[in-house]
Amino acid sequence: MTDLQTEDKLKYSINTSEKVTSLLDDLYPRPFGTLGKIWIFGLLIFSLLGLYFYLIQLDQGLSITGLSDYTSWGIYVSNFVFFVAISLVGSLISAILKLTGAEWRTPLTRISEIIAVSAIIMAGIVIIIDMGRPDRMLNLIFHPRIQSPIIWDVIVISTYLVLSTLFLYLPLIPDFAIMRDRLKGIPKWQQKLYRVLSINWKNTEAQKKILSKAIRIIAIIIIPIAFGIHTVTSWLFATTFRPGWDSTGVGPYFVAGAFMVGAACVICAMFIFKKIYNYKDHFTEKHFDYMSRLLLMLSLIYLYFNINEYFIPAYKMKGHESEHLHDLFSGNMAPLFWTVQIGGMLIPIIILMFNKGRKPLIAFIVSMVIIVGAWFKRYLIVVPTLSYPLIPTTRVPDSWLHYAPSGPEWMITIGTLTASLLIITLLVRIVPVIPIVETAEDRGLDSQQLFLNTNEHIDALDN
Amino acid sequence: MSNNNEASLENNRRSFLKKSFFAGLAFPSPTENDNIFHRDDVLESGNKVKLLSPDGEIIEIDEAYLKPIPNTYTAKVREGIPGRKFVMVIDLAQCKNLRKCHDACEKMHHLTPEKDWLKIVKQQDNDLASPYWQPTTCFHCDNPPCVKVCPVDATFKRTDGIVLIDNDRCIGCRFCMVACPYSARSFDWSEPVLPLEVLNMPYDPETSCPPKKGTVSKCDFCPDMVRKGEMPHCVSACPNGVFYFGDENEDAVSNGTETVKLSDLLKERFGYRYMEDLGTKPRVYYLPPVQRAFPFEDDEYSRNK
Repeated sequence: MTDLQTEDKLKYSINTSEKVTSLLDDLYPRPFGTLGKIWIFGLLIFSLLGLYFYLIQLDQGLSITGLSDYTSWGIYVSNFVFFVAISLVGSLISAILKLTGAEWRTPLTRISEIIAVSAIIMAGIVIIIDMGRPDRMLNLIFHPRIQSPIIWDVIVISTYLVLSTLFLYLPLIPDFAIMRDRLKGIPKWQQKLYRVLSINWKNTEAQKKILSKAIRIIAIIIIPIAFGIHTVTSWLFATTFRPGWDSTGVGPYFVAGAFMVGAACVICAMFIFKKIYNYKDHFTEKHFDYMSRLLLMLSLIYLYFNINEYFIPAYKMKGHESEHLHDLFSGNMAPLFWTVQIGGMLIPIIILMFNKGRKPLIAFIVSMVIIVGAWFKRYLIVVPTLSYPLIPTTRVPDSWLHYAPSGPEWMITIGTLTASLLIITLLVRIVPVIPIVETAEDRGLDSQQLFLNTNEHIDALDN
Repeated sequence: MSNNNEASLENNRRSFLKKSFFAGLAFPSPTENDNIFHRDDVLESGNKVKLLSPDGEIIEIDEAYLKPIPNTYTAKVREGIPGRKFVMVIDLAQCKNLRKCHDACEKMHHLTPEKDWLKIVKQQDNDLASPYWQPTTCFHCDNPPCVKVCPVDATFKRTDGIVLIDNDRCIGCRFCMVACPYSARSFDWSEPVLPLEVLNMPYDPETSCPPKKGTVSKCDFCPDMVRKGEMPHCVSACPNGVFYFGDENEDAVSNGTETVKLSDLLKERFGYRYMEDLGTKPRVYYLPPVQRAFPFEDDEYSRNK
């Protein structure tokens, strides 16, 4: 073992330039510090609390929620829509920006894919939490009815999960190979993991060609699938007769909102890693500026769809639509509605229009506000509608029309949110937040230098 | 030829079921946990029964060995009663909000109070029009939004027009509940609290009993009563003859006291369907609340609505 290490060091010094070594040291995933451990502990506590309350729900049924026969979808469903929305960010940053040749995207691709994978996993879990009979989940496979938008969602979301995971994994293979070859002082499990996951990558021309081709193919097909997951999710609402949902515009409305909150997530992630990993060189002011401009554009598109979805029904004030809209504009939901629309969309748009508003700290704060606003926006899309059934509400208990999530419901929902952060945190522990090979290439370094003389090395490792 | 074969098979099956019923065995079917098949304990009765074997041969077996087929409902219950097309007409001019229909429904289906399969809502078409009471059931739509959105075929439309729910299949996603514009569906949010004899009933979608935790239920047009040649509970419970029930194929409906021609009734009394513009094609018609014999009276729940 020691022999191997000295040998490595030799190769290291001979083949690797100073610039490359400093880049590598910068980008390797890092063990958790005290703060990181506290963070994980906190997330774990909340996730386990959520799990605990879910077990209670399994035992007692959905009666532990605030749901009722009239308001039968609540924060589980709106939380599901939120997670699906966030998962679109992977395709936005990695695929759309890749295909449009935006070079500056390189440091953002990995983290946006990590966010996407974590969000789509949690979306799947959250919708199972909403089911009255999760024990019969497999009926979706054994007795599917293709008419149902839920089946479309099952198909398209599982496809997106696979594609997103591949889209995260494929560009990681060379990075895994680098870490397999160079990282020696790390725990055994991690070495083994890198060895398995790097699937014998030797950085040959043939391998590079296949990999870049595969990544490109996924970059193309993931875009319609990404539009698909959120459009189909919007159809869960649009296929009903309910006020606020019964609209042909919800597909693009949902997709626009998803890209907006996704871009905000990336800005937040950039800011956080800039701070904790000191990634000033990678997440520069330029990145914050560009991402903020992108966020601004996406927010303006979302504003445009909001005008369509609220103004046009409000212009007509058709029967049940008018009750629903009055509730949002000036009724019970008005405080939340205007806070979300003004605080979570209009004010961020105005701030992002100014150069100073796109500086890292401000962009971070604005993005955090957008994310929180986006969560409550999904609540506003899902819940108030159900307070306005199409038939008169004689004898209907008030609690059926004025849903308030119960304590356990909140705890489970918070648990899913912390679980998604936990997935991100754990992935970041083993995966470089910024792609190593692409970054090296962008900086004009010889990427071949990143790889040690691989054949011999793998043989040595195998022995 | 093949029809004849099927008919004779059907006859055999029927006589088999009938005989097994009279043989004193539990019928229609045991519950999952309740194993009543004790082959070893069988005491031969000496009475032989003729049966058709899977190979098409007539065989004889001692009556005591007959046992019911578990879950007999699944296959047949999805098809519906052949040749029938059930329809309901609700005469709004006669409804006084006595709620006898609701109470009978609740009692006979063993519903807990919060489950309103049959609602009587206060309707008022505009501010100047007189209010009236409108009983609403499941409308068993011919273009049912609930059936369309069900991902697992748990709720289904039968040839006799009835929309039912298979609570052994339902995954509890509640998509049907938000898809139904008439809010006809209820959900068992927790383990149903009911007398043991109800909970131990063999489950059948035609009786919607016993209810199951985490699944959806609704008005089922009482197909179990219809099979017995009787009226749904709401129809027979109403003292004012508000509900007419019958068969569209026979063009006849009855409210228990009088039987009338469906097409004439709808034509002469301007029968309409609730929310016709949605295109759901309900199988429940309403006769407008005109020429009422009594004034509208608010009850304690409707006054402020």
